[in-house]
Amino acid sequence: MATSEQTVLQFAPTASSVTLSAKVHPLVVFNICDCYVRRPDQAERVIGTLLGSVLPDGTVDIRNSYAVPHNESSDQVALDIDYHHNMLLSHQKVNPKEVIVGWYSTGLGVSGGSALIHEFYAREVPNPVHLTVDTGFRMGEPAIKAYVSFNLSLGDIQLAAQFQEIPLDLRMIEAERIGFDILKTTMVDKLPSDLEGMEASMQRLLALIDDVYKYVDSVVQGETAPDNSVGRFISEVVASLPKLSPAVLDKLVNDNMQDHLLLLYLSSITRTQLSIAEKLNTAAQII
Amino acid sequence: MAAAPIARSFLQVAATEEVATPLRVVQIEGLVMLKIIKHCKEFSPALVTGQLLGLDVGSVLEVTNCFPFPIREEDEEVEADGANYQLEMMRCLREVNVDNNTVGWYQSTLMGSFQTVELIETFMNYQENIRRCVCIIYDPSRSSQGVLAFKALKLSDSFMELYKTNNFTGEKLREKNLSWVDIFEEIPIKVSNSALISAFMTGLEDDTPVTQCDYDRLQLSTNPFLERSAEFLIECMDDLSMEQQKFQFYHRNLSRQQSQQQTWLQKRRAENMARKAAGDEPLPEEDPSNPIFKPIPEPSRLDSFLITNQISNFCNQINGVAGQNFSRLYLMKALHEN
Repeated sequence: MATSEQTVLQFAPTASSVTLSAKVHPLVVFNICDCYVRRPDQAERVIGTLLGSVLPDGTVDIRNSYAVPHNESSDQVALDIDYHHNMLLSHQKVNPKEVIVGWYSTGLGVSGGSALIHEFYAREVPNPVHLTVDTGFRMGEPAIKAYVSFNLSLGDIQLAAQFQEIPLDLRMIEAERIGFDILKTTMVDKLPSDLEGMEASMQRLLALIDDVYKYVDSVVQGETAPDNSVGRFISEVVASLPKLSPAVLDKLVNDNMQDHLLLLYLSSITRTQLSIAEKLNTAAQII
Repeated sequence: MAAAPIARSFLQVAATEEVATPLRVVQIEGLVMLKIIKHCKEFSPALVTGQLLGLDVGSVLEVTNCFPFPIREEDEEVEADGANYQLEMMRCLREVNVDNNTVGWYQSTLMGSFQTVELIETFMNYQENIRRCVCIIYDPSRSSQGVLAFKALKLSDSFMELYKTNNFTGEKLREKNLSWVDIFEEIPIKVSNSALISAFMTGLEDDTPVTQCDYDRLQLSTNPFLERSAEFLIECMDDLSMEQQKFQFYHRNLSRQQSQQQTWLQKRRAENMARKAAGDEPLPEEDPSNPIFKPIPEPSRLDSFLITNQISNFCNQINGVAGQNFSRLYLMKALHEN
């Protein structure tokens, strides 16, 4: 590029491997929101470093983040670089596999100062990802966007940087494991216990089965137009239940049941023993 | 008119605050939960720890942030490094306005076997600096069943006093009326999220009828988990019987020593009678140089207490999982009958 004699306006990706898409774990979103809530008085936005790894297929997996204090005036941005390096060292002590993959900022879209910060991060890591999280809800909905930048250069003179949006995938599996019910509300009084969670899941399953029943009934009665793909899904689901004769099933269920009952019995007997031992101990005190 | 009662109530508030209110609830932010889960899961099955930061407000302990510790190695240099890391991290987090107050620590556990002497020692270390601290225990192995296996623990006050004197003889325990159930106190956990996060989650998440959590919960194959719980239970039982043998050994030794002392005393008395009759000075009835008067140290009950705690923990776990499995089995049966 630098050796090129022609003065041609060209877009050049900063690295040979172009990022295809990005994956964001919910922890990052949580962290950014928390930092935004705790931002200093006059600060308009918070920015920070994104940690993660680049998967073999070019997808950027964003797994962690930390905020970096900064000062922003009309035409310049001061980033606390020492802080950034200290924090990076600390994070890498815990998890050396997580490296810088980019940076984040709150607010909608890319602003003027962003190019400067992006330049800084481009020196730390080739082809950084810029993640924006719209904490102000300016679009009326939460918008999280990821960008990579391309340099717009004239010969070897850098003219500008162009930010291009890349597809973003929110990896919600982790959050799902916790249960959205807990993360969605501002206050949950009690963690659901084993059986309560089970009950909720079963209720949901029952509701789903009911829905399917209703749908099938309405199709059979001719109220709803039949949809072949839905029908195929339903028959697949029904077929996924292994076909067992009632006798075999009974035996299976009963065997399993007895195993569990045995274990339950064992653990109850152990518990009884323990409480007897405890009572004996207290009885010895009285004497 | 109105000012007076208000002023009084402020006074009352001030007065009540001086009395240390017992810790009732641990309030965790969703962020902290996700962080703990991430850290524990990435390193599972290795056990990891980290520090909890937050605020102590009356009877509620708010946990608002946390950071992980690097995996510890048995090395002096590394240990100093770890302390540095901790300070550095706290300083850095303070700069971005995170609550800079240690309220405890978290650790991952395997199958719920966390009640160890090390845990108590860590507790005592923390307790020296922070009056109120909790330990949050997370079990990554259970989360694959759709269970949110978080537990907040603290040591009971009476146990702590006893531990400081390091005297776990039967007599002392009886005096304090302390039994194995009183070592740990479990504190109920509340989860809170900032309004911003809750708005984000509501906006980002499509209302899917089924979540990963449901899939996990309805898994039928929990037998490996139960098997391992039972294995651990059996191991604990072995340990407990070992402890009991130690104790029996002690008792046997003690009674043997007592009978030896008795015979020695009788002999000495008879000797003294003879000397008296002969007009000599009687010999003292105690002889500290004699080995049979050396007190035999009583074995500490702490280990057996901890093992008992673990056993009851495993029992609870087995009960819980077996209970879940019953519902699963009935569900499967019903599905097949349909």
